[in-house]
Amino acid sequence: MLHRLLTAAALAALGAAFFAALDAPPPAATPLADAALARLPDSGVSSPVTAVLLNFRAYDTLLEVAVLLLALASVWALRIPAPPSPWPPASPVVATAARRLTPALLLIGAYLVWIGADAPGGAFQGGALLGASVVLLVVTGAAPPARPLPLRLALVAGLLVFALAGLAGPLLGRPYLTWPPSLAKPFILLVEVFATLSIALTLAALFVGVPPERPDPGAPR
Amino acid sequence: MTAPSLYAFVGALLFLVGLYGALARRHLVRKILAVNLMASGTFLLLIALPATAAAGPPDPAPRAMVLTGIVVAVSATAFALALARRVRAEQGRPLLPGDASEAAQGPTDDR
Amino acid sequence: MTWPPFIDLLLATSLVAVAWAALAVRALFAAAVLFITFGLLLAIAWVRLAAPDVALAEAAIGAGLTGALLVDAIGRLAAADRER
Repeated sequence: MLHRLLTAAALAALGAAFFAALDAPPPAATPLADAALARLPDSGVSSPVTAVLLNFRAYDTLLEVAVLLLALASVWALRIPAPPSPWPPASPVVATAARRLTPALLLIGAYLVWIGADAPGGAFQGGALLGASVVLLVVTGAAPPARPLPLRLALVAGLLVFALAGLAGPLLGRPYLTWPPSLAKPFILLVEVFATLSIALTLAALFVGVPPERPDPGAPR
Repeated sequence: MTAPSLYAFVGALLFLVGLYGALARRHLVRKILAVNLMASGTFLLLIALPATAAAGPPDPAPRAMVLTGIVVAVSATAFALALARRVRAEQGRPLLPGDASEAAQGPTDDR
Repeated sequence: MTWPPFIDLLLATSLVAVAWAALAVRALFAAAVLFITFGLLLAIAWVRLAAPDVALAEAAIGAGLTGALLVDAIGRLAAADRER
């Protein structure tokens, strides 16, 4: 009880400092925002956030895809027990919803990726939606069994394509991950498609928590 | 008080609530939940604070940072939950060692 | 002092209240459900802050996937407890 009171007191002091800081005059507008918006027409897309994510700060996004993969590798390394197989039967509501919603989810997810160039959307939103649809299939037991090698290839494809596409910069005399302005949109689209695939499968694999088992070569097919 | 400054205030409050929960709650999953609340508070601050000042087009950089942050937060949460399950498998309770010896003396609950 | 719009006041109080409830409630499953609710309310807050892409990501990843991970972990821990 005492240590809980001490914690609350320390947090109250921190809170007071926090709110005093919030009362201070707001930060001056940095020139970065204006610079980013000024170069938007050169970025290949018209959505400012997508331009920042996949053009101006593409390095951060590359590392973000790497972090997702790293988290998955770490979860696999922990060897948590596998989910019960087959998955326990889901309620009829969930099962029907999964069956009806999956085609729509796949379509909307793909649409979100495509529209992300000009409107809110992009690889992460679309990838999250597609990953959620895979999770829905897993939970209702309708997901096809994953084969280890194709799954691993699809998981790393996003990072690999992104990292290799970035080489277009040095090959043309620019820094790494700088798209040539006339080809920026095709490059961004290419990177986004593979990133979406990887993000969707990584998120679903994070939910399942265990790598797919290698099929026993001696077992009858 | 404008709407963005209200949300900045909420962001700071959520950060403090999450910090208290991460320190005061014993169950590992609840600590993970609290850290997620801290992350959400930070994201609110990142986006709401510049909005209190600037008029004109919203700054895209903090929104891109928060998008990245959300994805990194879910990766860390997934890893942390797997760690919590391993802790429970190794020690029998999903509690940190210091909390576990404390809890051995008291009633068990989900806190 | 001019008040912000009513919806913002409502959202702000709900966010803090649901966050506090998620940490205070006894049952872990209820905490996870409250966290999902928090994520969805936060998604609406992002829309109010003119950040629709963040709202999409928050709803899908922050509320949806994190909520699913939490509920799954809580269920597995409870099942392991029942097996003892």
